[in-house]
Amino acid sequence: MSIPKICGIETEYAIIQPKLADQNPIHASSVIVNAYAKQADLSTNSGVAYSVEWDFNNEMPENDVRGLTPIGSLPPLIETHLVNAVLENGARFYVDHAHPEISTPECVDALQVVKYDRSGEKILELAMHLANQNLEPEEEIIVYKDNSDGKGNSYGCHENYLVSRLTPFGDIICHATTHFITRQIYTGSGKIGVEIPGLDSDSLQYQLTQRADFFEEEVGLETTLKRPIINTRDEPHADASKYRRLHVICGDANMSETATFLKVGSTIILLAMIEDDFLHRRIIFDNPVRSIREVSHDTSLQKPLMLQDGSSIRALEAQWEIFSSAKTYVENGGAEHTGGAVAQTIIQTWERVLTGLEKDPESLSTEIDWIAKKLLIERYADRHNLPLTDPRIKLLALQYHDIRESKRITDIIGLKKLIDEEEILSGIDNPPEETRAYFRGMCLQKWPESIVSANWDSLVFRIEGDHLKRIPILDPNEGTSLKLQSLLNRVNSPTELIAEIESSNK
Amino acid sequence: MAEQEYSKEQIPNQDSDSSLDDDSVSQSETSSELANELDGLLDEIDSVLESNAEEFVKSYVQKGGQ
Repeated sequence: MSIPKICGIETEYAIIQPKLADQNPIHASSVIVNAYAKQADLSTNSGVAYSVEWDFNNEMPENDVRGLTPIGSLPPLIETHLVNAVLENGARFYVDHAHPEISTPECVDALQVVKYDRSGEKILELAMHLANQNLEPEEEIIVYKDNSDGKGNSYGCHENYLVSRLTPFGDIICHATTHFITRQIYTGSGKIGVEIPGLDSDSLQYQLTQRADFFEEEVGLETTLKRPIINTRDEPHADASKYRRLHVICGDANMSETATFLKVGSTIILLAMIEDDFLHRRIIFDNPVRSIREVSHDTSLQKPLMLQDGSSIRALEAQWEIFSSAKTYVENGGAEHTGGAVAQTIIQTWERVLTGLEKDPESLSTEIDWIAKKLLIERYADRHNLPLTDPRIKLLALQYHDIRESKRITDIIGLKKLIDEEEILSGIDNPPEETRAYFRGMCLQKWPESIVSANWDSLVFRIEGDHLKRIPILDPNEGTSLKLQSLLNRVNSPTELIAEIESSNK
Repeated sequence: MAEQEYSKEQIPNQDSDSSLDDDSVSQSETSSELANELDGLLDEIDSVLESNAEEFVKSYVQKGGQ
């Protein structure tokens, strides 16, 4: 049985100080997260709870869905000393390794993910602006929403989906691998050159994705080395007897709202179909790591991919097959846990995009990032008579990922929007109403001084008498406005809130 | 948020509701128009590009990512 597909994405932004000879990205990342967080001291309605610590007590990134952590695998390190802020929209904004990273709050459908991803861009933009106001001009910080520096370094845009613990993980590995390899034809953000060790970077002019070159394993726990197509981190941030959180690390960060929508939306429907055992044919690649790169390296979309049974399939054909099942699934009750009316829109968009890719990819130049970027750099190169390897073209390709309002190339070329500006701005300060992010966000808005730490699945309050009380929210479907709005309006303090919660639990 | 300037002139092709329902025929009809439009936008793009492309691209190194 499928379960509601609560989901979210976490984006690591690139960060530079282009005028400094010696850059310190960890410091620069801390500066911008702090600059944003410190607003709380200046404003009563600032969208952030500055003093709230992230609670690492329950973080177990070394847990592997396959059971024991295999010897020799490298679980992600948690850096507890770096800066963390928990925001009033339920999001988390922090320093991860050497990058500023923002996680959306838990969202109820793919369209809501697009909204909070865009609100996250606004938060980064404001953080940059606030930081730069206090820096010398030569220390200026810029962030970009991309996944590769073109020199062999990559950083991720990870997706998270709630899935049922009852679903065999082998089924997820099988079908999700096929989807992740082939969805690249609409999720890719486009990249000049290639970054596979041993290959000349100019041996490929342009490829669909930023990330495919960095995947070396089919299944595994790592996120920074030997990256796997299927990540096995088993850290549900929820009741582990009921739920898994599928942590997807192989996608690109998208500038296009349509691409984010379809990336998340198609994956939501795929996972629900797996839970309902709706997919009967298994498309198993002979060599998934080779295939993920073959798809990314083929702008003609014609490359036949070898399957384990000796036959072959094109990425578009595999996507048509998954789409066809998805359409039937949604028409026959599958929309219930995949977004309702939003699921219908996912199906319409998916069909239109696959048709466009098949008949006339340029028709998708305002919706699909790799196509928009390719057309842009080709026109620019033509006009100035430059090769794609010229630094000006590489700069243009980098600035495609610029999120600043004044320099946003994707606005200049008119990428289509799915979310109104007003809605995006409201997402900076307000949590989704349909998930536990509502409880987290509203408590941070009402009583920021009483919350001493937060995590996805709990809040710790300091209440009267200097007692600490931890309120767990183990189910992401709980803590919604439907269930809590009247309670939160009624009580006047965290002490009252906790007393009411404890008496209702008795 | 008040001091942040968010107003911006409406960009072409922005239509939040019907964008999801456009059919593929009207899409492909507009593709050459879009290409011509893009030519007209390249001046604007020139004005937002950072100066000193070679140095800028060279200094763009991002270690320690997931």
